[in-house]
Amino acid sequence: MSFISLLWVLLLGSLLGLELIGKVPPTLHTPLMSGANAISGITMLAALTLIVKAEGNVPLLIIGSVSLGFALFNVVGGFFVTDRMLAMFSRKPSNKK
Amino acid sequence: MNLPVIIKFVIDLLAVLLLALGIKGLSKVKSARDANRLAAFAMSLSVVGLLSYYLGTSGIDIQSWIWIIIGSIIGSLFGAILAKKVPMTSMPETVALFNGCGGMSSILVALGVAIFPISGGQENFDFFKSLINEVSISVSIFVGAITFTGSIVAMAKLQGWLSTPGWTQSKVRHFVNIVFAVASLIAFFDLINGNTSSIWLLVIVSSLLGIGVTLPIGGADMPVVISLLNSYSGIAAASAGFVVDSQLLIVAGAMVGAAGLILTQVMCKGMNRSLVSVLFGGSLSAQSTASSGSGEYTNITSCSVEECALTLEAANKVIIVPGYGLAVAQAQHTLREVTKKLEQNGIEVVYAIHPVAGRMPGHMNVLLAEADVPYEQLKEMDVVNPDFPATDVVLVLGANDVVNPQAKNDSSSPLYGMPVLDVQEARTVFVIKRGMSAGYSGIKNDLFDLPNTSMVFGDAKKVLNDLIGELKDLGVGEK
Repeated sequence: MSFISLLWVLLLGSLLGLELIGKVPPTLHTPLMSGANAISGITMLAALTLIVKAEGNVPLLIIGSVSLGFALFNVVGGFFVTDRMLAMFSRKPSNKK
Repeated sequence: MNLPVIIKFVIDLLAVLLLALGIKGLSKVKSARDANRLAAFAMSLSVVGLLSYYLGTSGIDIQSWIWIIIGSIIGSLFGAILAKKVPMTSMPETVALFNGCGGMSSILVALGVAIFPISGGQENFDFFKSLINEVSISVSIFVGAITFTGSIVAMAKLQGWLSTPGWTQSKVRHFVNIVFAVASLIAFFDLINGNTSSIWLLVIVSSLLGIGVTLPIGGADMPVVISLLNSYSGIAAASAGFVVDSQLLIVAGAMVGAAGLILTQVMCKGMNRSLVSVLFGGSLSAQSTASSGSGEYTNITSCSVEECALTLEAANKVIIVPGYGLAVAQAQHTLREVTKKLEQNGIEVVYAIHPVAGRMPGHMNVLLAEADVPYEQLKEMDVVNPDFPATDVVLVLGANDVVNPQAKNDSSSPLYGMPVLDVQEARTVFVIKRGMSAGYSGIKNDLFDLPNTSMVFGDAKKVLNDLIGELKDLGVGEK
């Protein structure tokens, strides 16, 4: 991909992000924040790329692995926490635990 | 184009589509939970796409696999455990911590690429081969470091590990931060000039900048800051996308960055604060101590739990106003017991949720939902405000600034203009509070001085427990 086309990708992605959220009820501010936060852990793909391309370079493998760990911590934790919050909203008053 | 490239393209496209739908769905109550799962699925899909691409092209050697597995297992495990264990009251800190780790990941990727030249065949993937690479590495480190240290400071402040140091409220902090910003700019240009060791200078000064910017910001503004840092972590991810030449990273990062910015804006509006004043205004309490807003209380009525119970028993309509104090006292379940009793007596109970009650928007909703409060009973500010004049009793539980009439009446108050709950319109207001200390803003609450307001002093949980006892004695809630 040329740099210019990557810039286009950046521009269109930003516009999409601006359009996606219009009116959010305050109830959902926290879950939305934490869900979006989980998505920002997409850097895990960059960490994976680093590891795959390391070709036996151990320091690089370690950096990649630590980076992958941090990113997945963000992703997995983020989605679980969001789900936990949202589960509470959807719980009906009738079906108590 | 060969097959692996086409497959990866299709998978990436699908992942972007699903992620967009996920973010969209997260902004509606009905679809939120499914949307979150959809986004999680899209993320795993993108991993499968990337790995299968490498398997189909260059292959992945055993050593790489080992490190991939180690990193994935440790990261996912800790993330999952923390997410399951953390109490609902600590949600804001938890989100901040996750966010910081996302930033850390971006720093490490950029450092990895910068320090170790990678022979990969991709021309963009060489060590500082082009200016673009240098710039994207720098941005990745800069934004990633601010996200990381900023989030950690935010977490520490919310946890109470860090307080706001006095000097950060003076003008000195602007000077200090400008020094850090200029230093990172110098490091950046030095880096582009080929001096690779200045990458460490960049890491250090941008980390310090993250601390310097977040430290002065006071408690009530923290959610806005976390939301902003969340937006930053999206930008960090996007710039990491430039570093490793991945469109998917750029799109997803840009989406999160932009959506986070909008969310930040929405939150600011709810508090009647501009983003600029949140970021550079310092903590609200510091300004207000000097302003006319502070003063002595002259007309405080304190009353016993028993009186409160008697008034509640005679009421037809009760509105509960929860705040951060309720979360601190972990009194949501006790509160639910009280309201159940009232409901059994045919008293209408509604919860008034201010958009910024608690330390995070939606904080109260989460807390009350945990105590099985029916969703329909939670009313948003605009819906519930017209109801106050027809309400017999309002119970303010650990909320303060969000019920301060100053915001409407006193144009000299720092709170002036912030939308508040008009609790003073109700016949009787009970404020359950530990002491006379001020709320987050540090501003005197005129509500407490009003003749129809009575203070019930004590820890929210203890008072509510006593209230249950009193109500029982009165025979409330027994068929």
